[in-house]
Amino acid sequence: MQKKSIKAVNDFVVKFANVNGSGSASANTLFAKSIMRMGVPVSPRNIFPSNIQGLPTWYEVRVSESGWLGRRGGADLMVAMNPQTWEKDVVEVEPGGYLFYDSTKPLPADKFRDDITVIGMPLTEICNATYTDARQRQLFKNIIYVGALAALLEIDIAEVEKLIGEQYKGKEKLLEPNLRALHLGRDWAAANLPCPLGITVRRSDKVGAKIFIEGNNAVALGAVYGGATVCAWYPITPSSSVAEAFMKHCGKFRVDAATGKRNVAIVQAEDELASIGMVIGAAWNGARAFTCTSGPGVSLMTEFIGLAYFAEIPAVIVNVQRAGPSTGMPTRTQQADILSCAYASHGDTKHVLLFPEDAREAFAFTADALDLADRLQTPVFVMTDLDIGMNERLCEPLEWDDSRTYDRGKVLSHEDLEAGKRFGRYLDVDDDGITYRTYPGTHPKRGSFFTRGTSRDRYARYTEEGSAYVDNMQRLLRKFETAKLYVPEPVLKESPRTAHYGVVYYGSTACAMDEALAELEAEGIAMDAIRVRAFPFQDPVIDFVNAHDHVFVVEQNRDGQLRTLLVNEGAIDPARASSIVHYDGTPITARFIRRAIEERLSAFNVRPMRRTAAAGE
Amino acid sequence: MTYLAKPKLHHPDLPANALGFTRRDYEGAISTLCAGCGHDSISAAIIQACWELAIEPHKVAKLSGIGCSSKTPTYFLEKSHGFNSVHGRMPSVLTGANLANRDLIYLGVSGDGDSASIGLGQFAHVMRRGVNMTYIVENNGVYGLTKGQFSATADRGSKSKRGAVNTDEGIDLAILALQLGATYVGRSFSGDKAQLVPLIKGALTHPGAAFIDVISPCVAFNNHDGSTRSYDYVRSHNEAVNRLDVITVHKEITTEYAPGAVQEVRQHDGSVLRLRKLADDYDSSSRIAAMSYVQGRYAHGEIVTGLLYVEPDATDLHESLGTVARPLNALGEKELCPGSAALEKFNASLR
Repeated sequence: MQKKSIKAVNDFVVKFANVNGSGSASANTLFAKSIMRMGVPVSPRNIFPSNIQGLPTWYEVRVSESGWLGRRGGADLMVAMNPQTWEKDVVEVEPGGYLFYDSTKPLPADKFRDDITVIGMPLTEICNATYTDARQRQLFKNIIYVGALAALLEIDIAEVEKLIGEQYKGKEKLLEPNLRALHLGRDWAAANLPCPLGITVRRSDKVGAKIFIEGNNAVALGAVYGGATVCAWYPITPSSSVAEAFMKHCGKFRVDAATGKRNVAIVQAEDELASIGMVIGAAWNGARAFTCTSGPGVSLMTEFIGLAYFAEIPAVIVNVQRAGPSTGMPTRTQQADILSCAYASHGDTKHVLLFPEDAREAFAFTADALDLADRLQTPVFVMTDLDIGMNERLCEPLEWDDSRTYDRGKVLSHEDLEAGKRFGRYLDVDDDGITYRTYPGTHPKRGSFFTRGTSRDRYARYTEEGSAYVDNMQRLLRKFETAKLYVPEPVLKESPRTAHYGVVYYGSTACAMDEALAELEAEGIAMDAIRVRAFPFQDPVIDFVNAHDHVFVVEQNRDGQLRTLLVNEGAIDPARASSIVHYDGTPITARFIRRAIEERLSAFNVRPMRRTAAAGE
Repeated sequence: MTYLAKPKLHHPDLPANALGFTRRDYEGAISTLCAGCGHDSISAAIIQACWELAIEPHKVAKLSGIGCSSKTPTYFLEKSHGFNSVHGRMPSVLTGANLANRDLIYLGVSGDGDSASIGLGQFAHVMRRGVNMTYIVENNGVYGLTKGQFSATADRGSKSKRGAVNTDEGIDLAILALQLGATYVGRSFSGDKAQLVPLIKGALTHPGAAFIDVISPCVAFNNHDGSTRSYDYVRSHNEAVNRLDVITVHKEITTEYAPGAVQEVRQHDGSVLRLRKLADDYDSSSRIAAMSYVQGRYAHGEIVTGLLYVEPDATDLHESLGTVARPLNALGEKELCPGSAALEKFNASLR
């Protein structure tokens, strides 16, 4: 039987199966970046264990000339470097796909599939013959397979060489052996393997000015640009690299040139209770402050978040979501903290949530969150997730308007107080629910007040009077209404044809959704879409739901949390919205969304209108 | 801004300090604690100390947790901003506040339940970090607001008002503070104003983490026979090791002491802590000796009070972090935002 092999140019998925701690990560990144340097969009994803050394880890690279950045699912080429996961990895190869493996030790025929092309390269043997040091044998094995893949996929070796040169700039001693390993792999493959494979990379111009960046890095830079001067945090996957990147950026951007001192204070706290406590203390005292954490950290912070809501203290909390509940799957992605953040803490609370779709928005929204928190005097959550946070992704370049000034909100200065401006800490003089505050130490005689989590009147005086309490709680609701004027607007994507159905989605689902919508459109299924970017929901979100026969709320959690929030806060008829959920810890795919929508629509007995070509049949 | 109004009429002859303020200018609202509560004496001592040091009231930020003791910041320094935070979590809020503006004086007031039970973790870490603050625990060994349960500082074997015997070991926060690196550690008794006021003054002028454990009897729930925090018990078991005078930069040193009996400690800001020894063998310059002495005397049922330890070359968290001299909350776009040109460079590095 003639084997049918996948043929594709600039449109395929390569998956690397490695052992954690074997040095594969940098080699795999090198592979992905060299394709990007050829002008072809790539989107790599780390699938890693909660472990430092020894457990399986995968790196999946989607190559897509069309620029689809979501996870596709399946693998056209599996680089199977981990015997532990061999069986599973072989199964995952698409029919007609390719399996690249270390053939040093012969494997019985039943370990393979006959519908895929198997490419064996004796990597261990080559390394053992070339290197004597055990560590070198391991590390260079990774570079050697990158060299071989360059030959197999027709990746321009000059791009790989250039990247290695950039990586080892100033460490020339390491540069030469790495280049040698790369060439060794390439030359061996060219001489012994069926180069090129059916899947190849061809130079293109689809990357343009786009940058390749991890969301956590972008968040950290957003905090620098947004003027955060206090960062208190506690290590937790997948958010730790936000704080680490913030430290790195501050080492560059926040050193006072004259004195060498720092325009920032970064504290690794003893736990999340302390980190949010420090943020609240700093913001109360007029500094811009943030913390970064994940679901379990937010759980610990909730008492303080209630205090900040009720006492009206700004706080920015970046939640890089992971799979819960409890420790859950700490290295897998989810959007499962929507409800726990929207209503964090005891009593009646509601919090502002921002949902960036990628690193670019994560940068912008983090800077915005610092303005919003000061403007609204309340906690603001930046809701990213592991998929956005810990994977390098292509996105439009980050932007900053130099004429932008920080919105410090309603703060009375010494001059204001001196001029006799009336001050009641909880007095709603502008009728927008937002009241004026003063920083400690502003004026010797005026403007001091007592901040507390207990009930108080409009002048911050302790009271247990029911009417004063209700007055205050109602004003907090007014303030939440006002928040709608400041948070990012939703993004509407209308089908060119009349659509009776709509999808609501947010955050990291966006890249898969863009692709799914294009596929549905191509199939003749008209579908409007709205990307929610914030809570509280503005009118266009609610109007969108009400304007369609039915909407699907697509999200990455079990319970359809955003749908619950929409129904609860938008007074939507629950029958109008149903959930499409994906929550196994892997990023949602376009395939999954498309199939789910098709299934639902067929259950509604909807016959898609075919486009002209199909209609002519 | 206080809850209960207090008559603002001043006696015309009330003495004024260097700033022209009288003691009344450092007061707050009328206390709502029980009559005879030790905490009110501590509030009075804080007022006296601030007045004597001629601190500008609005330059103090007073922070507390939850509990009877944590209510007291309402009862002093009404021109200061106050923050009644979350139970056991004042230290983190104070730390954040301190990071935001290093120019204010931070006064943390807490209780034994707030600091030794629910808040022991934050207590430990704020000491470790050397936050420049005065941290006072008003220690009565009992939960007042919830009516008489033991706190974690209650001595093992002591009796509650209802007759229950505490079977858990008591936590000595002063010993913990010493171990954890606090650079100024004192203990006092709310009933001994002469000892307490200078201790607070010393703490307020100290440029690092200053901690004072103040035994403060609870007249409602812990002032009975069998309690080790009653007025009677503390009076009869109080062993003061020294007496402190705080001489600020501005004051001339006039009092004469016999050589050998007095130890002088000059602090960064020029203020001098002058210690008169009451116990010949006590050395407040040694952390280890202090811990050993206090624990040795505790084994004999004695409560050691006084300035237990002071580190004259203390540093604080800002020094550890290398922050700028200007308060971080005063920095603006110019200092903080790298701008679009730097961003374009950053973008270029990611292609």
